[in-house]
Amino acid sequence: MNENAENIIEVKDLVKKFGNFVANDHLTFEVKKGEIFGFLGANGAGKTTAIKILSGLSYPTSGDVNIAGYDVYKEREKVKKNIGYMSQRFSLYEDLTVRENIRFYGGIYGLSNKYIKEKTESLLDRLKMREIQNLLISSLPLGWKQKIAFSVAIFHDPKIVFLDEPTGGVDPITRRDFWEMIYEASHEGITVFVTTHYMDEAEYCDRVSIMDRGKIEGLDTPGALKDQFKAQNMDEVFLKIAR
Amino acid sequence: MKRFIGFVKKEFHHIFRDPRTMLILFGMPIAQILIFGYVVSNEINDVKIGVYDKSKDNITKEITNKITASGFFILSDNLNSDKEIEDAFKKGIIREVIVFEQNFAKKLEREGSASIQIIADASDANTANIVANYTESIINNYMREELWAEGLPYQINPEVRMLYNDELKGVYMFVPGTMALILMLVSAMMTSISIAREKEMGTMEVLLVSPLKPLPIVIGKVIPYMVLSFINAIVIIALSYFVFKMPIQGNFIFLLAETLLFIFMALSLGILISTASNSQMVAMFISMFALMLPTMLLSGFIFPIENMPKLLQWISAVMPAKYFITIVKNIMIKGSGIEIIWKETVIIVGMTLFFLMMSVKKFKVRLE
Amino acid sequence: MKKLIKVKKIKYILQKEFTQIFRNRTMLPMIFGVPIIQLVILVHAATLEMKSIDMYIIDKDLSTMSHKLISKFAGSPFYNINGASFSLNEALETIEKNKTDVIIQIPYGFERDLIRENETNVQLLIDGINGTAASLINAYSSSVISDFNRNIIVDLTQMPSLKNLEPINVETMYWYNQELNYKIYMLPGILVILVTLISMFLTAMNIVREKEIGTIEQLNVTPIKKFEFIVGKLVPFMIIALFELAFGLAIGKIFFHIPIVGSLWLLFGFTIVYLLVVLGIGLFISTISSTQQQVMFIAFFFMLVFILMSGIFTATESMPLWAQKVNIINPFYYFMRVIRMILLKGSGFWDISYEFFSLLIYGTIMLSLAVWRYRKVS
Repeated sequence: MNENAENIIEVKDLVKKFGNFVANDHLTFEVKKGEIFGFLGANGAGKTTAIKILSGLSYPTSGDVNIAGYDVYKEREKVKKNIGYMSQRFSLYEDLTVRENIRFYGGIYGLSNKYIKEKTESLLDRLKMREIQNLLISSLPLGWKQKIAFSVAIFHDPKIVFLDEPTGGVDPITRRDFWEMIYEASHEGITVFVTTHYMDEAEYCDRVSIMDRGKIEGLDTPGALKDQFKAQNMDEVFLKIAR
Repeated sequence: MKRFIGFVKKEFHHIFRDPRTMLILFGMPIAQILIFGYVVSNEINDVKIGVYDKSKDNITKEITNKITASGFFILSDNLNSDKEIEDAFKKGIIREVIVFEQNFAKKLEREGSASIQIIADASDANTANIVANYTESIINNYMREELWAEGLPYQINPEVRMLYNDELKGVYMFVPGTMALILMLVSAMMTSISIAREKEMGTMEVLLVSPLKPLPIVIGKVIPYMVLSFINAIVIIALSYFVFKMPIQGNFIFLLAETLLFIFMALSLGILISTASNSQMVAMFISMFALMLPTMLLSGFIFPIENMPKLLQWISAVMPAKYFITIVKNIMIKGSGIEIIWKETVIIVGMTLFFLMMSVKKFKVRLE
Repeated sequence: MKKLIKVKKIKYILQKEFTQIFRNRTMLPMIFGVPIIQLVILVHAATLEMKSIDMYIIDKDLSTMSHKLISKFAGSPFYNINGASFSLNEALETIEKNKTDVIIQIPYGFERDLIRENETNVQLLIDGINGTAASLINAYSSSVISDFNRNIIVDLTQMPSLKNLEPINVETMYWYNQELNYKIYMLPGILVILVTLISMFLTAMNIVREKEIGTIEQLNVTPIKKFEFIVGKLVPFMIIALFELAFGLAIGKIFFHIPIVGSLWLLFGFTIVYLLVVLGIGLFISTISSTQQQVMFIAFFFMLVFILMSGIFTATESMPLWAQKVNIINPFYYFMRVIRMILLKGSGFWDISYEFFSLLIYGTIMLSLAVWRYRKVS
């Protein structure tokens, strides 16, 4: 990882309150271009709230957020052209086929017909899903849906992709496959911002931040964090922070 | 048991937390009764009419005055040609044109007869009929008073008495009708949608694998709606009693018991619908088109059943609301006891059992 | 670089919506089959013509005259004599059991009084609970009696004809529907209700459904504009509603012979403006709700109130003033008038221009509200 790469995400003093409850308490961090940035924390630590603000789905209470060189408040629509997003409910239309879902989302981003067609073909080959391209999403297993959802999220070649707990509910092997896809995307130059509560996944990230009760309690490479907290693995790091 | 109570509480919570649900639960019956009581009626007043007076003499003016003085009509157009009549109707403001023939008074005097044409805009046939009848009877009265001052010979006077409802208030029929409609809505539709919702969201499966047995789950889902329906029924009865002065001649407890029976019926119907539908949208469409509109139009509370074609009379025979309306109006207005309405009661009990059996059967099939 | 709406993006939304609608096996019959069945059934049900009035007879006079009067009723196709006795109590009991609509009681001395006193009475006791039916029964029965009375007078006074009795001859004509055929006027009304219900519920539920399953979030992170989204959602349901209307009109024309006097172009043009309002309301409801259940509740409440006040079977100008004010925001009220005006009377654009422009303004307001309330960001 190039230490001198430019920042693609800059967050400064980000605060989000719901009434009296502070979901994000003065978050400050940067993500460098091309990084795989892990956003860790227990359920309810404020990960999803933060990722929704970064992807423009939710207004922050205060603070500055800069994504791909654009201000999230003021240049929301420009930000959106440059990001992809996949939520934990990976939003595919269950009553549309694989191909129809891809075409729909591609069209929404304003890609040309020809481009959509070509890219769909190569994508289907890469995913080895040519035989199932005309099956309804509802008939597919969870792991496949996640892969398709991820492919849809980066279909328009965004600079950054936000993944909110993308691998919930599947077996370790399927998760491993999924991370292969993340690496591939990263190789193609896409910055990956991923939330998870699986600590083994944290090991796959270039850098991780660990959140607890709305605050960032640790931020570094997995190795450095383990040294800092004198732990064998990320699990232990996490437990020490949460305590 | 404790678990069960907790479950019922959760269901109540869902309902009370949402102001929109409360709107439909309590706003709807009140709004509906008020609308039926004050707005929907076959009485007319301030209907705009036109006059095409080709004669313009004293008698035609007198008749015109009589008509406008009645309060039913407002003279809005004085027309001067047949073409104008058509144009006026096309604008849709006036509903009737009264045409006096030329030399009306002279003809009446010399030939002993003259004619008036009433042209009603029957694109709204119901109102046209009422409007024309009112006009005719005003003219006939005028004729009697003016031309037969000494009185017609050999008069047969019909003495009309309206039993139970001497002012012919619309609410007398609309209260039982609204009760049936609202109870159907709250009990059958809400239950079916709420169960379909659990299915759609996948939470039904969670409930089914929980230590609770299917029967308590269904009962738990149903109890809140039963309570709410019952409160609704009481609100409607109270409104009709205090605001519209509708009597409750029969036994109040008996009325409540019959209401409860109808609620049971509607709930079991709701359960049956929910077993047949796998999404809220489907449950809603079934409820709306198979329950609401037929309950409104085939149960006899807006349009009398006897006037319908035979086929529809048969269909209306399977409308539970029809029997409930008869029961309510008999108890409230006629003061009847079970000896008069046992047949209707038995039919509703039978329907309840039928719906329950059908849903149990469907439910089992699905579990296997 | 503010560009206009991108038609291409809207095209993709349309394509997706139609695929989803036509793929759903349960919704298609719901959208097209059920309403049409309803139309056919309800049109037959919605009639206030009294076809069979159950009459109970108490004839205490048993004279020639009373027999004649009774046979007048018995001979009428509208009456069905279902019992006779001398006991009023027995008669009243049949009313309580809902077997009888009206009791006619001819008192002792009916004929004698008529001849000697020039005047006699006959009683009609009518079950008044259903006020509408009761007043119709009253009108029918009274007119049978007064017909009978006129003949008696002509017979007894040996007048040359009825002309002398009723010098003013009133002739009533019903334009646009000579026979007062209820079907001709109810069908357009019911069609309005069906088209409105279907298009409004489908639209309102559709967006909330995307909220419930989470796809809306995925759309909100895309650069799609609010307006493009709203238009993409609007057009499919508008097309469906127009089809529904066309289908219903065809059924009306073929099976019920409803006249189509005016211009269909005008009717469909007006319908498009009307649908802007209806779909605008639907979209607005969906933007303020988070579950399908909530949508249904809100929509049901307003729809029921609006339908009852729409003038489908009562005169709106006779309603109390507050109700007439409410009708200003009642879309049914406008369409109910206009569909009958165009179909039955052949009204032209200038005749309906008030309704047209009112709805145009209303629709613009509702759609702007919906666009404004639709939040891509929470």
